[in-house]
Amino acid sequence: MSKIVETDIIIIGAGPVALFAVFEAGLLKMRCHLIDSLPQPGGQLTEIYPKKPIYDIPGYPSVLAGDLVQNLLKQIEPFQPGFTLGERAEVLEKQDDGRYSVVTDHGTVHLAPVVFVAGGLGSFEPRKPPIENIGNFEYRGVDYFVRNPEDYRNKKVVIAGGGDSALDWTIFLADVASELTLIHRRTEFRGALDSVEKVMDLAERGKIKLITNAQVTGLFGTEEHLKGLNIAHDTAGEFNCDTDFFIPLFGLTPKLGPIGEWGLEIDKGAVVVNTEDYRTNLPGIFAVGDINTYPGKLKLILCGFHEATLACQSAFKFVSPGKKLSFKYTTVTGIEGLPQPETA
Amino acid sequence: MIHITLIDRENQEHILEAPTDMGLNLMELCKAYELPVKGTCGGMALCASCHMYVLSDHALPEQSDDEMAMLDSAFFVEPNSRLGCQIKLNNDHLDGLKVQLAPESE
Ligand SMILES: Cc1cc2nc3c(=O)[nH]c(=O)nc-3n(C[C@H](O)[C@H](O)[C@H](O)COP(=O)(O)OP(=O)(O)OC[C@H]3O[C@@H](n4cnc5c(N)ncnc54)[C@H](O)[C@@H]3O)c2cc1C
Ligand code: FES
Repeated sequence: MSKIVETDIIIIGAGPVALFAVFEAGLLKMRCHLIDSLPQPGGQLTEIYPKKPIYDIPGYPSVLAGDLVQNLLKQIEPFQPGFTLGERAEVLEKQDDGRYSVVTDHGTVHLAPVVFVAGGLGSFEPRKPPIENIGNFEYRGVDYFVRNPEDYRNKKVVIAGGGDSALDWTIFLADVASELTLIHRRTEFRGALDSVEKVMDLAERGKIKLITNAQVTGLFGTEEHLKGLNIAHDTAGEFNCDTDFFIPLFGLTPKLGPIGEWGLEIDKGAVVVNTEDYRTNLPGIFAVGDINTYPGKLKLILCGFHEATLACQSAFKFVSPGKKLSFKYTTVTGIEGLPQPETA
Repeated sequence: MIHITLIDRENQEHILEAPTDMGLNLMELCKAYELPVKGTCGGMALCASCHMYVLSDHALPEQSDDEMAMLDSAFFVEPNSRLGCQIKLNNDHLDGLKVQLAPESE
């Protein structure tokens, strides 16, 4: 039986706008649970530009994107949000009891009367190299993430890429795999200097095989599993390399993904909302942050915060029907946290 | 005002008019013309969605480390690959520049 999470608001996405929505919902005593395909919260800020300063967050002359995410997490701590991370929200359906169910690609079920779609530019997915038959070998030898390093124990592994994750996993798996090859298109590596040196040292000591100025151009194997790769080298021409696993690590890119298939009104890849409270065409579903569109929309963190705040006011009517909401400043009430959620 | 020729992914040629005094870059110009360039990272050399091939022999600004690093993890990279967002349209010498959009990676 897969896990079932029950809450007041399911938030799809765990970017900055989703995180602030937890705060505004918490002030109204509504509990939130966030789902993100990334293994950590923060959305674009964590994945694309954690070390870049942002200059247009009110009250912060400058703040590093990564620090802003840490601050948001601290700010919502009293409200004890739940997280389903590393899983993509796949199916959204209305239940007979009026609630929505959101099921992830790992089968985790979430139930709530309200859903906030805060999916930003879309779900972050691995960039797949343009190799014609790569789809045939996915999960049969081709992995875009290292989920469990033990899967590669005493196997032949080829990693492709030149960034930090390619270098880090090369170093880590050098001792795990029976044979490890790193393939990179250029001679220089752009990752952290320390990791580059480690990889060079491993190559010199014959612990790994390093092939630079080369690309993987084809894959071959049986119906069950990958057996090897075709490699094109800039000067040495084409050759084959036997392997059990191929791990291409070329970073992540956002894709709208399943959000487009839930019956929400979509315009140019964004969810159409009413600016009164950022509701969508489906009652009880709101869309906030970069994922929504309306006349005059700006994709800014600041605007997303505002949207989430107004959406929470309307969400209250779905979570506590018939109850009256009275507006209070945080200076008056302070922050009253929520108790630990009961686990199902 | 300069003119730039852009070939899209369907091999259609477009002539783009560009002011040189607005701090625009080639990615932003394409977006202004509603051409299929996403510009996901807003022009910070962090996404490669503005990857193009330079077809004319105009002298262009050198690639920064950031641009090289990003092209390193992009696909369909050729010797004439550039990131459109790193090409500032601030110079009349760029008149007649010809570029082609690289295929979109999946
Ligand atoms: C380089 C760069 C610089 C920027 N600079 C600024 C700036 O200075 N000021 C500013 O205000 N804004 C800036 N922005 C824009 C800002 O980052 C976005 O407005 C902000 O990230 C939007 O937040 P969000 O929470 O709506 O979405 P995101 O941050 O995009 O987060 C959305 C999350 O939802 C997840 N998701 C989507 N679909 C699913 C699904 N089906 N299942 C599971 N998870 C899903 C994604 O994986 C992602 O983590 C910048 C953006 C970039 C790329
Ligand atoms: S717009 Fe992202 S790299 Fe140019």
